[in-house]
Amino acid sequence: MSKSMVRLEPIKYHVPLARPKQGVAGKTGFWRTEKPIVDNEKCIRCYLCEIYCPVNVIRVEPETGVTIDYDYCKGCGVCSDVCPVNAIRMVPEE
Amino acid sequence: MGVVVLLVEIIWLGRGGQGGVTAANILVYAALREGLYGQGFPFFGAERRGAPVMAFSRISDRPILRHGMFSEADVLVVLDPKLPLIEATRRVLVRDRGVVVVNARDDEALDPRHYRLEGSAKFYAVDATRIALENKLVVAGWPVANTSMLGAFSRATGLVRIESVVEAIKEYFKGRIGEVNAKAALQAYNETKLVGEVARSVQVHG
Amino acid sequence: MTAILEESRGGRILPLTGNYAVAMAAKMARVQVVAAYPITPQTSVIEKLSEYIEAGELEATMIRVESEHSALAATFGAAIAGARAFTATSSHGLLYMHEWVHWTGRARVPIVMAIVTRAIAPPWNIWPDHSDFYDQRDAGWVMGFAMDNQEAFDLTLQAFRISEDPRVYLPVMIGLEGFILGHTTMPVHIPDQEAVDEWLGPRRQGFVIDGSEPLAHGNLAWPEDTEEMFMDIHRAMMEAKSVIREVDEEYYRITGRRYGGLTQCIRCSDAKYVVSSMGAWSGDIMEAVEKLRGEGYPVGVLRFRFIRPFPEEDVAEHLAGKKLVVVFDRAISFGSMGQLFMETVAHLAKHTGKLPVLRNIVAGVGGVNVEWREFYELIKDSIDRFEEGGELEYFTWYHKARR
Repeated sequence: MSKSMVRLEPIKYHVPLARPKQGVAGKTGFWRTEKPIVDNEKCIRCYLCEIYCPVNVIRVEPETGVTIDYDYCKGCGVCSDVCPVNAIRMVPEE
Repeated sequence: MGVVVLLVEIIWLGRGGQGGVTAANILVYAALREGLYGQGFPFFGAERRGAPVMAFSRISDRPILRHGMFSEADVLVVLDPKLPLIEATRRVLVRDRGVVVVNARDDEALDPRHYRLEGSAKFYAVDATRIALENKLVVAGWPVANTSMLGAFSRATGLVRIESVVEAIKEYFKGRIGEVNAKAALQAYNETKLVGEVARSVQVHG
Repeated sequence: MTAILEESRGGRILPLTGNYAVAMAAKMARVQVVAAYPITPQTSVIEKLSEYIEAGELEATMIRVESEHSALAATFGAAIAGARAFTATSSHGLLYMHEWVHWTGRARVPIVMAIVTRAIAPPWNIWPDHSDFYDQRDAGWVMGFAMDNQEAFDLTLQAFRISEDPRVYLPVMIGLEGFILGHTTMPVHIPDQEAVDEWLGPRRQGFVIDGSEPLAHGNLAWPEDTEEMFMDIHRAMMEAKSVIREVDEEYYRITGRRYGGLTQCIRCSDAKYVVSSMGAWSGDIMEAVEKLRGEGYPVGVLRFRFIRPFPEEDVAEHLAGKKLVVVFDRAISFGSMGQLFMETVAHLAKHTGKLPVLRNIVAGVGGVNVEWREFYELIKDSIDRFEEGGELEYFTWYHKARR
């Protein structure tokens, strides 16, 4: 069905609806006790870390390899766990 | 809501698969053509092919407020001549000055002792099975007499004209099937005869 | 035919079963998605809609699902994406989708669902009562109930307007008894499609989730936020009362029919006694009351068309100050009383310090057939005993053994 058939009229009530956006809970990188450090020389561009990251802060590019947004990475270590070539290691935060 | 001027309650007694429900519903179409309100419905529940089953109609000149099944009727239409013989017809109390319309070719099915009558009643008969067969109205091996009995109902009660019945049948069944059923109804209308009248005092019922 | 047509504005009259009347209304509302699972006595609603789609008379998608739980989930998915969506069910199907009944209500998504009511098993039973319908009272749905086939059509059509009104934005369920209405053919006035289109207008809703922008629906919320959303459902219910009345009035423009809003009160103004009910047997009660009027009994009928929102203003207006109120219930909350009675009394007590003498008669449960004459006798007996100062049971289960 075409969207034009719906007339959206503003709702004046509270509804169980959320518009996801970056940083709604503040800079969650602050929560980290361990930090994932990537060795892009070892990285084989398998994308598993990007796929598995539960907070969607990892990007893998064919040329440059892995980048992590440390502002929001909580240091859970899933990326390090799934990396098949041990290119990500967890280092204690200072 | 006003005082009910005309409210006729009709029970169609047949066997599961004989089309009693269809007849009850087509009567609503016919009633509409007479400017009357109608109601038609099956027995509520599961039915088996071949078992004695009832269907119900109401006709009124006012919107019908009543709902649901009833066991007393002003008109009893019997679609199968064997049903009176097993006393299935005695499940219905035919009200005083009632009308009984039976698909029958002999007197046995019309014996008033097979019926529960409140008072006086007129008995009408037509050989609707033969009419159905003559018109090749056979479904799954059974002659279907329901539309013929609608014609007989029109003749016996005068509540709906045969023209309305014929048109209602054609509206309900489109095309050739409608034509054949309408023809059977008309034929049955012409062949339906008053075969007996039971006076109030004669009948003892329980 | 003329008698019905005179009161109507254009359109045509068709003999329809209650189920077909509901299907016709959904078709005329131009529903775009129907997701349903067949169950007696609802099946013919969905069969008829399938036929409409197959014949090209209705441009809609029929989603065939493996259960009622999925039926309402799929209806919800279509509705939240912006489609006018419809479903129907009965009894155990309704209970199976009960989780989704709550989900759709609390999600504030406009949907219309017909409940062709049927008793709940065991023992296995396909006959009509109101148990399945009342079981849905607390889910945030607007709930209406028809008295005859015409109203089954009218209410279903009205339900789309009510559900999609920005003051409401709640799903609406319409009840009609299986067999008594569902499988009974009666003449139904159908307005012209153009008139319905103009009156109903396009689908309206507060938000759409169709993938065009990232939106999260139904995720975790704090207790306080959750409570606010639920308080808003209650507020919307309260506003729905005036919307229902408005829609009933506006519907009059295209059909020449109006029912009086959330309730219909017959012979109430000068009545000393009022009988209250919901559903098809209200007609039988009206006939009984008419006969009692003829015998000099000042009695009226308050028929509930809606129980959510509960029409407390109507209850106050029509029942406060009466001498005797008898409420017929076609369901019971085991260990308590009939649901309609409980709610009627609770709301009446809010508006009057001096309650009438009250009586709850539960009957017809499990589909037991109750004829108009029995209502006549029950009502007459209640009034007679009241006037004679005799004992009048507060609660009675009117039961007759199988013949």
